[in-house]
Amino acid sequence: MANIQDLGIAGIRGGIDSGAFTAVEVAETFIDRVSAAKPLNAFLVETPDHALTAAKAADEAKAKGETLGKMAGVPIGMKDLFCTEGVPTTAASGILEGFVPQYESTVSANLFKNGAGMLGKLNLDQFAMGSSNETSAFGNVISPWRRNDGGNTDITPGGSSGGSAAAVAGRIAPAATGTDTGGSIRQPAAFAGITGFKPTYGRCSRWGTIAFASSLDQAGSMAHDTRDCAIMLEAMAGFDVKDSTSLDLPVPDWEAALNSDLKGKRIGIPKEYRVDNMPSEIDALWQQGIAWMKDAGATIVDVSLPHTKYALPAYYIIAPAEASSNLARYDGVRYGKRDLPDGAGLQDMYAATREAGFGDEVKRRIMIGTYVLSAGYYDAYYTQAQKVRTLISQDFDKAWEQCDLLLTPTAPSAAFGLGEKSDDPLAMYLNDVFTVPSSLAGLPAMSVPAGLDGQGLPLGLQVIGKALDEQNVFNAGLALEERAGFVAKPEQWW
Amino acid sequence: MSMTESTYRIQGATGEWEVVIGLEVHAQITSNAKLFSGAATDFGAEPNTQVSLVDAAMPGMLPTLNGECVRQAVRTGLAINAKINKYSRFDRKNYFYADLPQGYQISQLYHPIVGEGVIQISLDDKDPDAHGKAIGVERIHIEQDAGKLMHDQHPTMSYVDLNRCGVALMEIVSMPDMASPKEAAAYVRKLRSILRYVGSCDGNMEQGSMRADVNVSVRKPGDELGIRTETKNVNSMRFIQQVIEYEAQRQVDVIEDGGTIVQETRLFDTEKGETRSMRSKEDAHDYRYFPDPDLLPLELEDDFIFDCKASLPELPDEKRARYKTVLGLSAYNAAVLTAEHETAIWFEELLDTTDKPEKIASSAANWMMSELFGALNNMGKSIEESPVSPAEAAELLGLIADGTISGKIAKQVFEIMLETGDGAAKIVEEKGLKQESDTGAIEKVIAEVIAANEDKVEQYRGGKDKLFGFFVGQTMKAMQGKANPQVVNELLKQKLG
Amino acid sequence: MSVDKETVQKIANLSRIAITDEECEHFVPELNQILGWVEQLSEVDCSNVEPMTAVIPNKLRLRADEVTDGDKRDKVLANAPVAEHGFFAVPKVIE
Ligand SMILES: [Mg+2]
Ligand SMILES: [Zn+2]
Repeated sequence: MANIQDLGIAGIRGGIDSGAFTAVEVAETFIDRVSAAKPLNAFLVETPDHALTAAKAADEAKAKGETLGKMAGVPIGMKDLFCTEGVPTTAASGILEGFVPQYESTVSANLFKNGAGMLGKLNLDQFAMGSSNETSAFGNVISPWRRNDGGNTDITPGGSSGGSAAAVAGRIAPAATGTDTGGSIRQPAAFAGITGFKPTYGRCSRWGTIAFASSLDQAGSMAHDTRDCAIMLEAMAGFDVKDSTSLDLPVPDWEAALNSDLKGKRIGIPKEYRVDNMPSEIDALWQQGIAWMKDAGATIVDVSLPHTKYALPAYYIIAPAEASSNLARYDGVRYGKRDLPDGAGLQDMYAATREAGFGDEVKRRIMIGTYVLSAGYYDAYYTQAQKVRTLISQDFDKAWEQCDLLLTPTAPSAAFGLGEKSDDPLAMYLNDVFTVPSSLAGLPAMSVPAGLDGQGLPLGLQVIGKALDEQNVFNAGLALEERAGFVAKPEQWW
Repeated sequence: MSMTESTYRIQGATGEWEVVIGLEVHAQITSNAKLFSGAATDFGAEPNTQVSLVDAAMPGMLPTLNGECVRQAVRTGLAINAKINKYSRFDRKNYFYADLPQGYQISQLYHPIVGEGVIQISLDDKDPDAHGKAIGVERIHIEQDAGKLMHDQHPTMSYVDLNRCGVALMEIVSMPDMASPKEAAAYVRKLRSILRYVGSCDGNMEQGSMRADVNVSVRKPGDELGIRTETKNVNSMRFIQQVIEYEAQRQVDVIEDGGTIVQETRLFDTEKGETRSMRSKEDAHDYRYFPDPDLLPLELEDDFIFDCKASLPELPDEKRARYKTVLGLSAYNAAVLTAEHETAIWFEELLDTTDKPEKIASSAANWMMSELFGALNNMGKSIEESPVSPAEAAELLGLIADGTISGKIAKQVFEIMLETGDGAAKIVEEKGLKQESDTGAIEKVIAEVIAANEDKVEQYRGGKDKLFGFFVGQTMKAMQGKANPQVVNELLKQKLG
Repeated sequence: MSVDKETVQKIANLSRIAITDEECEHFVPELNQILGWVEQLSEVDCSNVEPMTAVIPNKLRLRADEVTDGDKRDKVLANAPVAEHGFFAVPKVIE
């Protein structure tokens, strides 16, 4: 039997079920892991009592012979974008310092209903705006991974769900929640050598999740493997009347239907994803992925998504526009920080509070969003971007006439060193080049750890599916996973 | 319908000026819960007790749409013969203010739920059809109300109450079709009447259920439209007229002094009776509208619209026409009885007590307008609060119609009804007010009157016709007013020769 | 289109972010770089293309008109920087 700390959701479930260990032992193991992992700065708040209470409940339920929830006794990490009742929630922003929600987000409530406990709140890019976890007001998250050059350069865990990725990769939490707006689950999963799944837009309720860009934000699961992601997503997802964009559909039993036999499946390889300056290792991994897909019984087809190149610029209009409005509520009146200079009026108070409370990247995006929506520019920027978004979505629809799934790299590079790109916003944005198009189209997509680069850092492959077809995405992910046999894990240096 | 040219003019130093008026009326949609949250909408609750976490714009809160508010907006649109847009959307209007927790108001700019419609107004109460005018409605959209700021509770702070925040409003935007304060008032009165008929708004202006943004510009007759100002949140019929008069005069003065009008938002100072520029915010007009990504497009099914249509009551214009043509009421009576839905309902409940409503309609209408309205007015009561019910009134009118009591006695009976709550027949019976039509009894009294006034009989017969009234009076007096006056008249004429 | 310092200040003001002159200075090239880059969208021929409204086909649901929320002033005010007598309090506003 492996160490408890190396187990994922299914492993913990099996161990509790067989009596190999109790849920409380699991909780205690990970609580210790959390408190020992401070150097990674993955957790903003630790909630050991929450994890223990859930574990005790699981053990008691088992003792009484009750059926256990899907996540019974699994202590998870919660991205600090999910509002948790009575537990400080900040979105990693100074403007929400001290905010204690009086309500539980639907996603976290669903997980708790299914028996999960919470180890704590995970660090992230401020308001989920970033791809390296360097925009948090509470310090960078440091990846548990290090380059194999013997140096000790701090590596980014990716972002925005960087705390989640680091916690799972470092065996500090067996699984964690993430949110994905333009790649914020998949890119950090790839950077940290774990599995990350973003479902179809509308599968997970957005109620109680701090909004970044409403038409793109989608919660998902981050875990060790495909099976764990499927179990956890089943526990998170579901129709919610409180979210008008929630899909009124039952949650399929994805885990039960997992099947890595891809016979009869057509895997599309979009030619536009072969971008300039892509490291050869990424390209080689992609070719390897194609071979694995064939090995699993799938046929490979070349497809074209002609508007791919416009996805990122469209995203960087739409997301900031929505964000500029979504973040207007942080004004120092009802919660969070208030900065009231001497003699300041109401509007001065807003400006001072927001100046002091928001980080640079957040300010940058609010200003971009404000600009593109402002009088005279709305049609040229915003309307045009939403039209391009339609074209991007139509590209996918056309591709689905030829194939069932798409296979691409998750990110154009492996994880980079902290600070290496933080001076160049645009270079940072390009990290999401492969993940943004499917976000714009609301499609389910996942990243599977598939290998290491020359520096010993993880690389991921992305599977994108049709809307609502999470099952085939999971199945293809499983097929890749079985063939990749990715067992590398970061050595514990912290 | 004949259109009436307004003759309202401002006399300036350089000649006459026309006034062009458009109104944006904000009407609170009658609903139990708010537009996008489940909090209550009752007026006058303790501060911040009718606030959900959605209304307070807590992080991660999302709007869900109240179907009743949609239904009422559609019904209102149908009531003014407007185009119902089967596809509409909600947009965010972004600005920062302490009464607006989200930092944006959810409204409908690009795709409102209701398109163009029309409202018929009249400046002539006596005969509305003779002097009518059609005022165009450009659109009706649904939006959220803001919260309330209290400035007088603390020396250095304003207090914020979010109870109103998120309450559903319809913004009813007229075309610039009105040309005088009177027309504007008539428009608001008619709109209010329609909203109350439909039941989509209670029209209570004191409680802020209806308020208007008043757009005013002036021009020389025949010229292009001038630059307009918008005076916000005017909350009474009288103030709307004052704003127009003040603004029109002010604009004429500015222009004639060589100045130009700035398109701006103004406030009405009710104490001074003046408008003034709102503290200018340079970004006030850059609201950065865009479709609310938390809400999907609102798509209406034919069935939904059909059901809305089917649920509409007979509306004031149709009703007025029917009262004239079918019930035979005068134009004036028909107009008065249909102006308020409650009055018409009361009237119709009265008519419902008979199989032949057209037979009693005119007398019932006259009685309501002379007797009932006067009494209610004295008591300071509305018609819904009338102590006498339509059925009770019908009983009273029935006694007049069948000759049991005279109109004069009826007044007395009605007064007793109001005081005691007793029925008319019971009162007549108990007080012995029954009218005497029996010729024998009346002849007997007449004989006595003639006998007691021989001298006057002589004078009458000698040509002093005026004395006839004296004999009627004496006879009625002797019979305590209960004699049928017609019979008395006839018999007296016979007996006096 | 490119933005100058004055425009950036205007946007910052519209966004209610009190940026210093110095900050403004470094936002100017950053915003210009980003705006210059997103402008490539104008190359795309979008005639006859509808802007996206619902990313996954879905219909706006209508809620029943029932009071299901509110009456939770303590929760509403719990996080307020300043609350008095059941109100949120802000610096005095002159209208
Ligand atoms: Mg207005
Ligand atoms: Zn309005």
